[in-house]
Amino acid sequence: MIHFVKYRKIYFAVSGILILASIAAIAAYGLKPGIDFTGGSILEMQYTGDRPSNQDIRNALSGLDLGSLTIQPTGDKGVIMRMQYIGEDTHNEILQKLGKDEGKMEEIRFDSIGPTIGKELRGKTTFVVLLALLLMFFYIVMAFRKAHRLVRPWQYGLASLIALFHDILIPLGVFAVLGKFYGVEISIPVITALLTVLGYSINNVIVVFDRVRENIFRGGQSFEEVVDRSLNQTLTRQLNTSLTTLFVVIAIFLFGGETLKYFALALMLGIVSGMFSAFFIAAPLLASWVNRREKTKVR
Amino acid sequence: MNKKRVYLILIAILALAFFAGNLSYPKYYNQTVDFLNAKLGFQLPHFWSMPFKLGLDLQGGIHLIYEADLSSVEKKDYASAMQGLRDVIEKRINYFGVQEPVVQTQEAAGQYRLIVELAGIKDPEQAIKMIGQTPFLEFKTERDAQETQKILDKQKEIQGKSPEEIQKINDWQLAFEDPYFVPSGLTGKYLKKSEVGFDPNTQSPIILLQFNDEGAKIFEDLTSRNVGKRIAIYIDGNMLSAPNVQEKISGGKAQITGEFTVKEAQDLVKNLNAGALPVPIKLISQQLVGPTLGAVSLDKSLKAGVYGLLAVIIFMIIFYRVPGVIASLSLVVYIILTLSLLKLMNVTLTLAGIGGFILSIGMAVDANVLIFSRLREELKSNKLFSVALEEGFKRSWPAIRDGNLTTIIVALVLFAFGTSFIKGFALTLILGILVSIFSAIVITRSLLRLFAGTRFEKWKWIW
Repeated sequence: MIHFVKYRKIYFAVSGILILASIAAIAAYGLKPGIDFTGGSILEMQYTGDRPSNQDIRNALSGLDLGSLTIQPTGDKGVIMRMQYIGEDTHNEILQKLGKDEGKMEEIRFDSIGPTIGKELRGKTTFVVLLALLLMFFYIVMAFRKAHRLVRPWQYGLASLIALFHDILIPLGVFAVLGKFYGVEISIPVITALLTVLGYSINNVIVVFDRVRENIFRGGQSFEEVVDRSLNQTLTRQLNTSLTTLFVVIAIFLFGGETLKYFALALMLGIVSGMFSAFFIAAPLLASWVNRREKTKVR
Repeated sequence: MNKKRVYLILIAILALAFFAGNLSYPKYYNQTVDFLNAKLGFQLPHFWSMPFKLGLDLQGGIHLIYEADLSSVEKKDYASAMQGLRDVIEKRINYFGVQEPVVQTQEAAGQYRLIVELAGIKDPEQAIKMIGQTPFLEFKTERDAQETQKILDKQKEIQGKSPEEIQKINDWQLAFEDPYFVPSGLTGKYLKKSEVGFDPNTQSPIILLQFNDEGAKIFEDLTSRNVGKRIAIYIDGNMLSAPNVQEKISGGKAQITGEFTVKEAQDLVKNLNAGALPVPIKLISQQLVGPTLGAVSLDKSLKAGVYGLLAVIIFMIIFYRVPGVIASLSLVVYIILTLSLLKLMNVTLTLAGIGGFILSIGMAVDANVLIFSRLREELKSNKLFSVALEEGFKRSWPAIRDGNLTTIIVALVLFAFGTSFIKGFALTLILGILVSIFSAIVITRSLLRLFAGTRFEKWKWIW
């Protein structure tokens, strides 16, 4: 049997450092919101012949009011342009000036999101994240309400909640860094992935807590031993489940195309954090709380 | 559990899997049928064909959000105005020949919106233009001279001033109003039909309007109150003509004279008949996916799904041996069941939906893993195989239930508040989770029970 709980201070320190680093990254670099949240336009196109240089494209569009325009080549003949929110008229003018009608290029994708929609989505997202966290907390409290009196239902809930914060903060920290250095944006798919991580990571926590609940009644052990035993019993399951999910997520990341790429990355980061937090945060936290309060043997 | 019942359940599962498998991918069934029909002269029918409904991100298309300007409508009539707007745009869209267009109204934070989704459209730019072109027909009546003067004065007052300075002037908003005419409430909403006619004197084209009963009444009322004054006819905010009212007009007929060519008059009439918009709209968001990108996305996401599935199956078989094979079988059944359900429920598959489905493949194994871990434990404590099996299922159930329910709760939250990307994802995820619980509890269990009481259960190393 591996004595997980004994070394809990080390895990707490590790995850504390990771969380602080993530918070620092978010504070220093900020999260780079996608046009879903800020409003703006993205135009992706594919040239049929030679791709003109960025400067040529810029010159061709110089008469139009596009805000700060960024032009980024992609693939062999593709170009992605980002600009402020533009209406349909400006959109058509761009296509005209770049020679769509003459067949010089093909429009692959055009997203244009007005500032109102963006603002609305920001508010909605915050609300949804908080609601999801709250629901998770209450679900755990409800599910564990009939557990042994040694651990209170709200303690299960709080430990899960802390683990969940960890699982969201760390991917966000990584995205802050990616946003700073590679221009990766927080888009709707990324947010969706992080929310899914909430629902998924808590499975891991529940599986461990479920064992704790069961093992407490066996008696004859200190609570620390109960937690250690539960962690050992669930170790293989935790690894295997997270691995199978990681397999499909990695497949999406590698082969799933551009739209799902960062969705898959956020899931990947969240699942790995969740693997860590269920094991090294949620359960050991219970052990430290109970230890402090009551060192007697469980009967 | 008696053996007979286990076999019965298995046969039922096999039948279900056969049906679902052919429903989600009928190609092989149809080929076999064709072969038999040709060789043996049978008259076997093809399998029930039901294609997947692909979202616009997978077949190309546009998603448009319009904001409706309801400032001229009374609050109590908002709902009916939006309904009218929807009907008109729907009629208009039917000209494009798009299959299953989506036109929805939505209220968000006090703003009324219209969402238009056209999947598989050939020329999205043209479609946007045509929706936007829908003429907004409005009749306006003349202001009295005093008011007109007041507005004209204000307009003079603000001339050459900066926006900041203008805002300091009393009643500066007045300056931005139409000095001559006020909206009368008679709009294209009340139009029954319109046609092109010719002025008998000049032979130039004119547009004949026929109002519906309600519109006729309003028009009668308007004309009776404005005898000797002008009534202006506006289309899309531009005044086309402002004839003098000679007398009260009953019967709801009006005509627009203007400097049209015949072609212009015909286009205008076509557009007016398709429906003049009851309220003006503004495009505030559009997402356009070209058909190339759609096909590439579909191809890539399916590839990702296949590779992911293979990785999971290989891992499960290496790690869990016989149970791993069983889990893989039930995973395959899980996949065809979910695909069939998606077809039967007529769910529109989007890229996000496929993402959710692939994710659920990875998650679906979880219940199996939980059960097998318990089974191994129970076997280690030297229980009989059949006892260990039932115990394993019983003890893993609370964790399976709680774990999946939380994911469902989050998915429901996502579904309730999400945009279309999120909704597609949440829906397939929820469906996937429900089917995965079924496949673990029913399919995996029945397959494992097959081994109870056979000599295989004694070979502990295979479990």
